[in-house]
Amino acid sequence: MNQMAIAALKNQYKSFVQSMFDEGVLDNQFSQLQDLQDSSNPNFVDEVITLFCNDAERIITEMNRYLNYQNVDFSKLDSNVHQLKGSSSSIGAHRMKLACVNLQQASYDRNKEECVEAFNSIRHEYCLLRSKFQFLMQIQRRIVALENNQQ
Amino acid sequence: MAMAADAKFHVLAVDDTLIDRKLIEKLLKTSSYQVTAVDSGTRALEFLGLNNKNRNSNADASVHVEVSLIITDYCMPGMTGYDLLRKIKCSSSLKDIPVVIMSSDNIPSRINRCLEDGAEEFFLKPVQLSDVNKLRPHLMKSRCKPNINKRKAVEEIASPDGTRSRRYNELEV
Repeated sequence: MNQMAIAALKNQYKSFVQSMFDEGVLDNQFSQLQDLQDSSNPNFVDEVITLFCNDAERIITEMNRYLNYQNVDFSKLDSNVHQLKGSSSSIGAHRMKLACVNLQQASYDRNKEECVEAFNSIRHEYCLLRSKFQFLMQIQRRIVALENNQQ
Repeated sequence: MAMAADAKFHVLAVDDTLIDRKLIEKLLKTSSYQVTAVDSGTRALEFLGLNNKNRNSNADASVHVEVSLIITDYCMPGMTGYDLLRKIKCSSSLKDIPVVIMSSDNIPSRINRCLEDGAEEFFLKPVQLSDVNKLRPHLMKSRCKPNINKRKAVEEIASPDGTRSRRYNELEV
């Protein structure tokens, strides 16, 4: 009975990830991460997702703070968005990465209005990504729980 | 001290970003390398035995730490990957360790400068397993060379003060 449940959950996981690829939310880099997960490190993907989310939230909070000042410190903004773009790229968060590129451009142009718009876009993409990641991690935990029950 | 032909290579990875450090460590471990991952150029140099801390300590850390390759991020606060590259290449004891640079920015002038100034390879992030596969020839080459690092360290034990202070003086660039 468990076998069937595990298989069904694994399929659900696979389909959901595929939908994220199809929507452009994730790119091939995420597959690379999945390929790196193995029996020696079965929670690798979850761990990377958690690291990414913690990092992203910290940076988004910082950027929000900088953008709320009358005079925006664009160089601080530059360094923050560079970091977020890097993390997004490392995890395969394709749309997040593109949103960061837009903010980089707006910051480079020293255009506060455009920065705010681009930042809102990043925040929106992150919320979307985070809820999808949370869903994936829930399925993964259920799979692990069932597999542990079998032993 | 005989070295087993199939002894694992030890790679030192340097990256200030936690997620990238985790990734590069996994990629290297998957390729059967031993890995030490640090978050800055300063810590990398400490690990390699190039700082005042080790000068005073009794245990000679540089004797048993044999790093076969250093892979470092370019953009880091304080000491950049390029700065680290130059410090390593200017060190008589470390200059033969192959250094690879990683960067999320595709800037040809940056890439060329790194390669011209001693880097073996330049990888664009996110680094893939196929990139890590390119490391093996550089590691094999350094293993076949007479082991300069170990020899220097042994000489230091024989004549501690003279050799050591001379070595550190070379680094005060």
